[in-house]
Amino acid sequence: MDDKIPAWLDVIVLPLMSLMIAFFVTGLIVLSIGANPFSVAQAMIEGAILRPSGLGYTLYYTTTYILTGLAVAVAFHAAMFNIGGEGQAMVAGVGVAIAALALDSTHWMITLPVAMILSMVFGAFWALLPAYLQAKRGSHIVITTIMMNFIASAVVGYIVIYVLRDNVAGANETRRFLEGAHIPRASDMLSWIGIDGYSKSVPMNITFFVALIAAVAVYYLIWRTRLGYEIRAFGLSSSAAQYAGTSPVKIIIIAMLISGALAGLMANNSVMGEQVKLGLNPVNGAGFIGIAVALMGRNHPVGIVLAAFLFGVLVQGGAELSFSYPAVSRDIVDVIKGLVILFVGALDNMLRIPMEHWWINRQKAKMA
Amino acid sequence: MSVSIDLQQPGTPAVDIPESSRMIELRDISKSFGPVKANSGIDLIVERGKIHGIVGENGAGKSTLMSILYGFYSADRGSIEINGKKKNIKNPQDAIAAGIGMVHQHFMLVAPFSVLDNIILGEEKNFILKKTRENARAKINALAEEYEMQVDLDAITGELSVGLQQRVEILKALYREADLLILDEPTGVLTPSEADHLFRILDMLREQGKTIIIITHKLREIMAITDTVSIMRRGKMSPSIWTKDTNPKDLATLMVGRDVVLKVEKKKAKPEGEVLRVENLNVTNALGVQKLKNLSFTIRAGEVLGVAGVAGNGQTELLEILAGMMPAGSGQVLYFDEPLDISKRAKPDQRRKRGIGHIPEDRHRRGLVKPFKTWENTAFGYHNFPRYSKKYGFADQKFMREDATDKMERFDIRPRNINLPAANFSGGNQQKIVCAREIDQAPKLILIGQPTRGVDIGAIEFIHKEIIRMRDEGAAVLLISVELDEILSLSDRVIVLLDGAIVGEREADKTNVNDLGLLMAGIEEKEASNG
Repeated sequence: MDDKIPAWLDVIVLPLMSLMIAFFVTGLIVLSIGANPFSVAQAMIEGAILRPSGLGYTLYYTTTYILTGLAVAVAFHAAMFNIGGEGQAMVAGVGVAIAALALDSTHWMITLPVAMILSMVFGAFWALLPAYLQAKRGSHIVITTIMMNFIASAVVGYIVIYVLRDNVAGANETRRFLEGAHIPRASDMLSWIGIDGYSKSVPMNITFFVALIAAVAVYYLIWRTRLGYEIRAFGLSSSAAQYAGTSPVKIIIIAMLISGALAGLMANNSVMGEQVKLGLNPVNGAGFIGIAVALMGRNHPVGIVLAAFLFGVLVQGGAELSFSYPAVSRDIVDVIKGLVILFVGALDNMLRIPMEHWWINRQKAKMA
Repeated sequence: MSVSIDLQQPGTPAVDIPESSRMIELRDISKSFGPVKANSGIDLIVERGKIHGIVGENGAGKSTLMSILYGFYSADRGSIEINGKKKNIKNPQDAIAAGIGMVHQHFMLVAPFSVLDNIILGEEKNFILKKTRENARAKINALAEEYEMQVDLDAITGELSVGLQQRVEILKALYREADLLILDEPTGVLTPSEADHLFRILDMLREQGKTIIIITHKLREIMAITDTVSIMRRGKMSPSIWTKDTNPKDLATLMVGRDVVLKVEKKKAKPEGEVLRVENLNVTNALGVQKLKNLSFTIRAGEVLGVAGVAGNGQTELLEILAGMMPAGSGQVLYFDEPLDISKRAKPDQRRKRGIGHIPEDRHRRGLVKPFKTWENTAFGYHNFPRYSKKYGFADQKFMREDATDKMERFDIRPRNINLPAANFSGGNQQKIVCAREIDQAPKLILIGQPTRGVDIGAIEFIHKEIIRMRDEGAAVLLISVELDEILSLSDRVIVLLDGAIVGEREADKTNVNDLGLLMAGIEEKEASNG
């Protein structure tokens, strides 16, 4: 007997319904502070999607969230909740800065690959200790990765202030990277294909495609390779994986290294793509949003790309709101994000269980 | 599969208890989990002030029945009367209120708490515990005095011996003024002298008018302590009889059953060279219980060695050590005269590479990744073999699918859908998926645990034929099963495990269910070996 709902209901209808409820509740809140929810929504969509420069910002955020979302998903397939994407990306920021500061007198085509490799190595390194403790000592990955986030914050602060700081300018950040670490932004890439005049300040950059490639790679890794097969088997049934001869230590460590590397890749987008220098907080909560993105995207790369875009729209639309609706605080976006996470993630069963009942009854009615 | 169990030998009177002295009366209790009938139509009457024993194999439904009585599960059907009054027991609180106390096989104690705190847990009464503790201390001391169950109330529970912890459980029930005590496999964890002491306590409780139900598969205990006895098998309960009117031999035979006679057509085995040699294998679990004791045996190519025994007598440990999933304490295992790694570093996939297949006892936890599709499960464990692999770490999914289609066809696995998750197949078809995978690799040695547990008759026949076919093609087969019929119809030689030791070895065609049943129950070894 099949008591599960089909994939299209699970992956498409359910999240959409949850989203609708989240939007509806947000609408009520907006209404209660005296604004028109529809014109607020319109302003957000206008500013996040319809206006070309707004879309560029949205895709910049999307890049970040795809990578941090993928990081969470890979660990999740091995039944681990990597909350440490924030810290892993932060430490990876140092890797990016080192590559950029060392190579920014060359060309971005040299700097970017080196920065990417360093960011992945740094991010993976930061995930290694929690992975080792989980695999060998059974220390829970949630606890250790959270602690590693705080340590990362302190370590990065130290490195930026005492090692990499630009003493001439005096701020707690590195010097601005030179031309050789300026990776192509949307304006550059558009002018390659003959479209000029796009705003140079829009931070969407070439790492957007890195994120998309990473999503494809994660798909192949998880569903096409033998390693991914072992990761999923371990995540779904560790006792069966033991029977098959899959070493839990190996799976935990490899999955966490990949997870950390993916989170680390995100730093290229923010450090080189947007800020063009390393400050004290190159991640700014994106690691945590990655958890919501993975949750909403059902840990599947396609879902993650879509969910990352949604969160990109929310963040960029929220920034837009503060211009057009001074009365509506941009914090309202945090409320929306919170509601989306609440309804899509935490209250998933609220809709799922009635829907499963509905589906089973329908199937039974059909058979009868 | 119809089961009829009738304890009554001609001339044996059934137990007839007048209504006024019935402590508990169960009528037509039934409970199903999905398609599995754990309890079907169970009737049971226990007289006040008596000890009633329920015997039966693991999985016979004893624990389900007791869980219904104690309010963990609700029955699909049936009624429970206590002292002549119908009770609706929805949760353990109801059961306690009805005067039922339960001593679980695995104790429900908070290890770091003191004995006193464990006993009052759930009955704290006041926000501040001081007064409750004082009252409880007096009451428990009186109880301990009365039943000779002294225990230090201020000791840390986790530091007590298992026997004393059990005593705490019994005190807990008595403190709640239980009139009916249920003990689930109470001696499973006890040393012989602790068990003797427990029986003295039970005797005393009976003298004070308490009613006791004891669940066990140790026949000696039934004979020693109970007044009446009934047998459970495959969810059904026999009528009760007086213990003094029966004997261990009859009980043993009934317990292991003889209902399904599935004869497999097979020729006489033609065993060849030795494939597996196990020497002095020992293992001790984390609790310090020795689960395997100096096991030594051999299996030759082209023969089936059956391992009989009541579940929990070391079979799981034996299987998992040989499969490389669990380290042994000491001993040696030779496979084609070369040692197999039985240390912590043993790897199940290395075993497979050397031609050792393994159909695990538990297909749900071990043999299958239930959310995996059939084509993913039919290569499980062998997925790194060249035939399932492509370059750069990729899996050859096209071949995996073809292979699964082929296996489903040849092993008649239904429904024929390679994309269906294993969880969606019936037990028999799930087991066929596991068998198809393991048998199809043509192992030289195959380790088989409970191949037909929860499997329908059609699949049983199919799996049995496949096992014999493998034997005839020259594989060495180790068959572990609690079903004696299965052991007898498939094996060429049989060893019997009891408490982790081999208590007997027989040629399969020179033994029978009675003989093996006695060995399994650990009774009258001398007499048994004559038969």
